[in-house]
Amino acid sequence: MNQRRSLRLLCGYGLLLALLCVLLVCNLNAGSVPLPAGRVVRILLGQPDENAAIIRDIRLPRLLAAAILGGALSVSGFLLQTFFANPIAGPFVLGISSGAKLVVALVLIAALEHGLVLHSAALILAAFAGSMISMGFILLISGRVRKMSLLIICGVMIGYICSAVTDFVVTFADDSNIVNLHNWSMGSFSGISWGNVGTLSAVVFAVLLLTVLLSKPMGAYQLGEVYAQNVGVNIRRFRFALIVLSSILSACVTAFAGPISFVGIAVPHLVKSLFRTAKPLIILPASFLGGAVFCLFCDLIARTLFAPTELSISSVTAVFGAPVVIWMMLHRDSRQRR
Amino acid sequence: MNANEMLHTDHLAVGYGRQPLIRDISLAVRPGQILTLIGPNGAGKSTILKSITRQLAPLAGTVWIGQQPLHAMREQTFAQTVSILMTGWAEPELMRCEEVVAAGRFPYTGRLGILSAHDREKVAEAMALVHVSDLAERDFSCISDGQRQRVMLARAICQEPEILVLDEPTSFLDIRHKLELLSILKELVHSRQLAVILSLHELDLAQKVSDLVLCIRGDRIDRCGTPEEIFTDDYIRTLYGVTRGSYNGLFGSLELAPPQGAPEVFVIGGGGFGIPVYRRLQRRGIPFAAGVLPEHDLDYPVAKALAADLISEPAFAPVGDAAVQRAARVLLRCRAAVCCVEQFGETNRGNLQLRALAEAHSLLRTPEEEL
Repeated sequence: MNQRRSLRLLCGYGLLLALLCVLLVCNLNAGSVPLPAGRVVRILLGQPDENAAIIRDIRLPRLLAAAILGGALSVSGFLLQTFFANPIAGPFVLGISSGAKLVVALVLIAALEHGLVLHSAALILAAFAGSMISMGFILLISGRVRKMSLLIICGVMIGYICSAVTDFVVTFADDSNIVNLHNWSMGSFSGISWGNVGTLSAVVFAVLLLTVLLSKPMGAYQLGEVYAQNVGVNIRRFRFALIVLSSILSACVTAFAGPISFVGIAVPHLVKSLFRTAKPLIILPASFLGGAVFCLFCDLIARTLFAPTELSISSVTAVFGAPVVIWMMLHRDSRQRR
Repeated sequence: MNANEMLHTDHLAVGYGRQPLIRDISLAVRPGQILTLIGPNGAGKSTILKSITRQLAPLAGTVWIGQQPLHAMREQTFAQTVSILMTGWAEPELMRCEEVVAAGRFPYTGRLGILSAHDREKVAEAMALVHVSDLAERDFSCISDGQRQRVMLARAICQEPEILVLDEPTSFLDIRHKLELLSILKELVHSRQLAVILSLHELDLAQKVSDLVLCIRGDRIDRCGTPEEIFTDDYIRTLYGVTRGSYNGLFGSLELAPPQGAPEVFVIGGGGFGIPVYRRLQRRGIPFAAGVLPEHDLDYPVAKALAADLISEPAFAPVGDAAVQRAARVLLRCRAAVCCVEQFGETNRGNLQLRALAEAHSLLRTPEEEL
């Protein structure tokens, strides 16, 4: 039995890593200028090529961002699911992404009007402020309603309100840059620079390390607050850490790529089904890999399906993520009735 | 204060919000003792248990674990000293029973919670102790409530506590597992010198398993003492406010209220043979008279609780003429009589006379007949 579990673990990680490699290659090759793998390798090795800029300055940072942010989003979802003991919780569903989006949009527009150029760290801070405001509302509500379905509905409503206000602000902002802003507010990995990649990977990997250190109390928390406390988890500190870490992760994603739906719910669920366990120490890294794979795949489609027109990343993730969520809820429902 | 005490409370007041539900609680339990909380529903048994396990902040007073006040204890020290089994449980996803039990090793594992060989041994040992070893690979959400309760007990045990706190551990269990669970508790208390504090609904079990019983009534601890002091017929009736039916302290058994009215059937009983007939009449709502029973007879307590009229003799006395005459008067007013005894020895010859009287008036029925 133990051997079978180790084998499953090995196969699971092997599969995720293999998919990641394949998608990294595909993402480098495909696009409005298709480049064969051999040429890509030569470019990466530093040989002069007319399309070197496409690979080095556009595709490479973009795919790294997609992978890292996708992973971050999925880990953020897993943290929220642990916090609320609810598999449907996620940064998008709970309105946290939308809150971040609203504050970032406000800050961006204010900056544009004063002709300021913002550093990416400022965007992360703005997004973090926005996520924490939404999270505050959600926590306030969760203190009052015990029913999780109600909480989710409240989250969705908060999301709608924030999105509506964002649309309103974006529509009436007068600037040529508004087109970019519009794209961003729909969710997209385009236009990410190496500087952005540096900032976001520093933030995401630091937070990721901290979440792995939280995996022990997270495991205890899966049995419920009462038993977690009984084995020595400081509940208040733990919950605070969980909220802050998941908010930083989703804020980071929103700051650079706008709100991206369903990754936070669908990927942890798929990963848990793949590994047949919910052990945080296993699922946290696996969720990160899974999220990276999922977002690379979705970004590939967003870029290439109707090239040169790009789809918003959120519409692609929704197409693939939403059915997973529906399947999961039906599955849970039938299990509970049994 | 006794240095030997594992846990004691000092003028503890507990409750939700600001208003104390129960005040001035002083309880103490020593290693190797089982302390049981009893009292009506909603009396606050769980509230007390939550307050001594840090789930609820006390409103006043102090809980002492050994020589340390509870509120000043480090989380890990607390976890290695006190483990709990509460009512209800989370429904964790994709968690095998073995993993649930292993959650109890948390205070002993390192930063990442990876189990050592020693930890695995403790998990296996705890699971074997409560007979759930065969459930190890099963999903926790796919087993029965009774099995879940036992898995959670294994979790509490492998935490290697000195104090075990259990809130109604026998709910959800069938009689076999109730007995098993309480036997395991007894065994643990003796072999590991654990101090156990639990709440129970089943008075009969509480009476058999407890070393000390704490009775909660209204906003205070009404009594605390040995089972012999607590489980008397009258006290339990007052504690629970029983108005219909009765409680028998010797057997810990409950009887419904007797049927109202003048006796219609006379039951000649003795030696436990009368009880099935009493019960049948009680179920049909037929008032009956019972006799003639010496007070030490097995039938006596049940007849006393259920019969409309009871003719008895003092314990160990033979059935005398005066009693027989009284019984005969009652018998002749009944529409039927049943004789449950077949053997008439030296002391209950009077009952033989009663049977003859019933037969002479064609009132006699066998116990099997429809009445």
